Amino acid sequence: MQQTPPLGAGWYGGYGGRYVSETLIHALDELTEAVGRLMATAQFDAELKSLLANYVGRPTPLTEAKRLARAIDPEGKTLARLFLKREDLCHTGAHKINNALGQVLLATKMGKTRIIAETGAGQHGVATATACALFGLPCEVYMGEEDVRRQAPNVGRMKLLGAKVIPVQSGSRTLKDAMNEALRDWVTNVGTTHYCIGSAAGPHPYPELVARFQSVIGDETRAQMLQRTGKLPDAAVACVGGGSNAIGMFRGFVADSAVKLYGIEAAGHGVASGKHAATLTAGRVGVLHGSKSYVLCDEHGQIQEAHSISAGLDYPGVGPEHSFLKDSLRASYVSATDDEALAAAAMVARTEGILPALETSHAFAKVGSIAVEVAAQLERPATLVVCLSGRGDKDLETLLERLL
Amino acid sequence: MGRIDDVLAKRAKGEAPGGAGTKALVTYLCCGDPDEAGSVDLAVACAEAGADVLELGMPFSDPTADGPAIARASQRALRNGGGLDATLRVARAVRARCSTPIVLFGYYNPLFVRGEEKLVALAADAGVDAFLVVDLPIDESMSLRTLAAARGLAVIPLVAPTSRPDRITKIAEVAKSFPVPFVYYVSMMGVTGGAGATDVLAEAGKQAARVREVTSRPTVVGFGIDSARAAKVAAADADGVVVGSAIVRRIEEGTSPEARASAVRAIVKELRDAL
Repeated sequence: MQQTPPLGAGWYGGYGGRYVSETLIHALDELTEAVGRLMATAQFDAELKSLLANYVGRPTPLTEAKRLARAIDPEGKTLARLFLKREDLCHTGAHKINNALGQVLLATKMGKTRIIAETGAGQHGVATATACALFGLPCEVYMGEEDVRRQAPNVGRMKLLGAKVIPVQSGSRTLKDAMNEALRDWVTNVGTTHYCIGSAAGPHPYPELVARFQSVIGDETRAQMLQRTGKLPDAAVACVGGGSNAIGMFRGFVADSAVKLYGIEAAGHGVASGKHAATLTAGRVGVLHGSKSYVLCDEHGQIQEAHSISAGLDYPGVGPEHSFLKDSLRASYVSATDDEALAAAAMVARTEGILPALETSHAFAKVGSIAVEVAAQLERPATLVVCLSGRGDKDLETLLERLL
Repeated sequence: MGRIDDVLAKRAKGEAPGGAGTKALVTYLCCGDPDEAGSVDLAVACAEAGADVLELGMPFSDPTADGPAIARASQRALRNGGGLDATLRVARAVRARCSTPIVLFGYYNPLFVRGEEKLVALAADAGVDAFLVVDLPIDESMSLRTLAAARGLAVIPLVAPTSRPDRITKIAEVAKSFPVPFVYYVSMMGVTGGAGATDVLAEAGKQAARVREVTSRPTVVGFGIDSARAAKVAAADADGVVVGSAIVRRIEEGTSPEARASAVRAIVKELRDAL
């Protein structure tokens, strides 16, 4: 069995750390210790693998998107082949279940009796509620009031799964505020409660913990690409809000320097408009929700409200490892606007018969320009793989309003 | 010896200005709530009514350690142009009117974005004596601590009920090399603004006394102290108390500058008399 490497000190270059109240330090130490002790065991590994195979439906397929590739680049001059890693086919409809099941399994072994989570699009909330139902644990999900409104189907799903959804009315009433409220709950109930963070963000050990649970995406993709094409892709592409699906995908290829990594942020109404969530593109280094990373804040250090049509990307922070990958130039980060994402969603639906989540649609919006860039460097058409992180059913209301 | 050490030493002997009690009273208010000039007057009112140390709160957009009262005050202050610069202006104006020690209290991002070195220079010039940064635990605080110490400023460490002995030992170690005029003991799990149960506050006082034994530093209890009675219970074994939300609520309820000042004076006086 592959040995789980030690967690490290929680720093990715100069990013990460633990910027939290003293009250939470012990819980973070305890979690770090539990990760080291439990995740390294063959029993934990076997239990998680079994859940992923028999409950989540892993490995997820790798689909070649031939019609989409030709729609983007009709003559095949820049885009040779395009593959989709089908996280939308995971149980609950997105990659979030990989992490939620892992964390809830870990929490049960740590003796925690209550789970809390924050959610933006509701996918992580649904995934956590699902894992809690499976393990018989009470679950409370904090969700910004604005997101409760625009992701109504997921609110209903969480309730049906037995979770309590707590609408958060402070601030911008989106993911950032939900996370503030979840942190307040955790600091109050830290003895009994595990805080299941959904993104590769937060204080150490969360960014590493979430990246490890999501790296199944990249590991599978790498093996599937080798099996299907006999080689690695030229580039891997994923959307980035907090960045959990992207870090999961990137972990599979980060050691292969020939594979370019692209993260796509939400440009909202356009980065120049100020109404966006493009933290790595337009933010500055700061501290939010427990770690040092790029954040959207003004020159006085006050956190700014993000904007994106996609609730899952509507967050003014980003996981610290992405900040490191950006500064070290290992990964490139670009952004797509609301309108570009909507157009991409329509195109993917009509060419491939797959309705992607609005989050994922941001990644699709940039496949064409990334292919041009990579092909120019390689002087041949490029093969790309996109992490299709989730399905678009939850976005029907927005999609119908904007596209029909 | 810094200004805070002096005041706390005098207070322990019952010789500090404002009253004959031997327990320290640290008061918090959010700068810019209701407005900058009002905060200056209210901070001076706290000092005159018997506060030994003034915590000047710097409003932050995402106050995750605070309950509704201080979160609302922060929002009001930010709408009124509050932030690091306004808080430093309040500090400077308060310093011009009284010699009570000032602790700049807040969250790390506004401080980090300004740059620690620049921040320390600005704070020292404004007459600030120490920083208390809620989300900057001791491990991440060493660079700020080093820069602050060079200008004679302190960074106040926090201890929580969940802190294990090794954390307190670490604070004791740090206190050997850096100014630590007092330690802040968080009485309970949770956010600011709760009402601490008598047994919880009494136990917090006992724990604070243990922290004092290990660190050889005065240790005050904060969180959940909303009345003179609660202050008395918490301070029985500790060196003093911090009161924040109870004062912030008086400011929120006041309908005029006079009404706010008089309500703040009244509660600070009550607290002082109980200590």
